[in-house]
Amino acid sequence: MEFTDPLMRPRRDREIGAALATASRGPSASIAAQKMAGMVDTPSQLSRDDLDDEWSKPHSMGTSIMAVEFDGGVVMGADSRTSTGTYVANRVSRKMAPVAKSIYCCRSGSAADTQAISDIVRLQLSMHEMELREEPRVKEAAALFQGFCYKYKDQVMAGIICAGWDKYDGGSVWSIDLGGSLVRQPFSIGGSGSSYIYGFCDANFRPSMSRQEAKDFVQQALSLAMSRDGLSGGVVRTTIIDENGIEEDMLPG
Amino acid sequence: HSHCAMSSGYDLAVTTYSPEGKIHQVDYACKAVDHAGTAIGVRCRDGIVMVVEKFVVSKMLVHGSNRRIFHVDRHVGAATAGLLPDARQLMVTARAEAANYLQTFKSPIPGAVMCDRLASFVHAYTLYWSVRPFGCSVLLATHDERAGPSLYLVEPSGGAYGYFGVAIGKGKNAAKTEIEKLNLQELSCRQALVLLSTVLHRVHDEKDKDFELEASWLCEESGWQHALVPEDLRLSAQEEGAA
Repeated sequence: MEFTDPLMRPRRDREIGAALATASRGPSASIAAQKMAGMVDTPSQLSRDDLDDEWSKPHSMGTSIMAVEFDGGVVMGADSRTSTGTYVANRVSRKMAPVAKSIYCCRSGSAADTQAISDIVRLQLSMHEMELREEPRVKEAAALFQGFCYKYKDQVMAGIICAGWDKYDGGSVWSIDLGGSLVRQPFSIGGSGSSYIYGFCDANFRPSMSRQEAKDFVQQALSLAMSRDGLSGGVVRTTIIDENGIEEDMLPG
Repeated sequence: HSHCAMSSGYDLAVTTYSPEGKIHQVDYACKAVDHAGTAIGVRCRDGIVMVVEKFVVSKMLVHGSNRRIFHVDRHVGAATAGLLPDARQLMVTARAEAANYLQTFKSPIPGAVMCDRLASFVHAYTLYWSVRPFGCSVLLATHDERAGPSLYLVEPSGGAYGYFGVAIGKGKNAAKTEIEKLNLQELSCRQALVLLSTVLHRVHDEKDKDFELEASWLCEESGWQHALVPEDLRLSAQEEGAA
């Protein structure tokens, strides 16, 4: 059965579709690939076709993301590398997306899937806000992410950290994993790079840190992750959310 | 008689306006409410109390039959006046909305949202020729983190209002006068319960059958959950009100 909605198409079909699209582009595409092949250190085993397939892989975010609660808000951080296979498609990408005035989400997994999901949740939250006549709670945004990720778990690959500030809970961090489970944590790490910093984070996290302490913690942890994980890199972006608003910052690699 | 002459011809369908700009079918639905036993709701210092004048139609009825007070969610309760079967159907919808909201947002439905949803639903039935308006009004007692305890009224027209105190049904005009005299902001729910029972007995029409007092509250004492008033308290309120 043909699905026209990209979100509904099974993952395997999309990858096959991407490969077929490249093949049909003709000789010019492979010439471009050949030129690119000349510019990088190509293992001799890789043929021209293999490289075409490599660079046509769906954009994935091998990633390092994290979010930390502090007294009065949250600090969120992410690296900035988006790769298609081995090629870094975007080295300054933004992996933190706003979904409400004081609620952001960190995205890891498939770039397309997480963009689509965060767009849908942003829409749902804006309608929810109109019914509520006040700002939505972070818990409610996280619940919307979770509803989507669970229902479509077979079709999407999304690891999301939803965090922000609301007047009922203050700062809060909510983690939604690949299966669609929701859990609130004082801090949360995610993405491929997070594997390397579990020990560091567990040893160095303290509850009720100050705003600056939390920011330093995030920047240090993500830098360490990026230095070990090949799929993470670029710059460390941070977003600090509190009662008064948003503060975005960037730490160059 | 002149009233009938005015509305004749324009009152056959809910999709027809009269030249005066009224929709008579909706007005008639409200009249169905006005013929039912009185129901009163008040917002006190520490919560909401709702009482209902439930006519005991027959002594053969099992106690608790024809209940007019319903639970919609832990923190939302409803008292109804009008056609009871219509009210029951509305409660099905209200419960579904509350449960659906909880599942989607993992937060209990705020009172204002519950009221809006129910009112929109009721209103929809005044738009189409193929259905008739609901013949009942609903008093909603709610509690949420943002607004605290709240009391709402949803009418067959789909209109909805927030109240400190309101009465619907047969004796609503007399009852409204009575509750306006009360200083609700200083009364506790326990105190209000007895006072409302007294009001009900006072506005009760002697020509009607005997009635049983149905009462519920949503207050600090009930743990901010909607609950029928404990039986001993209900009985004593009933007795004191009759005295």
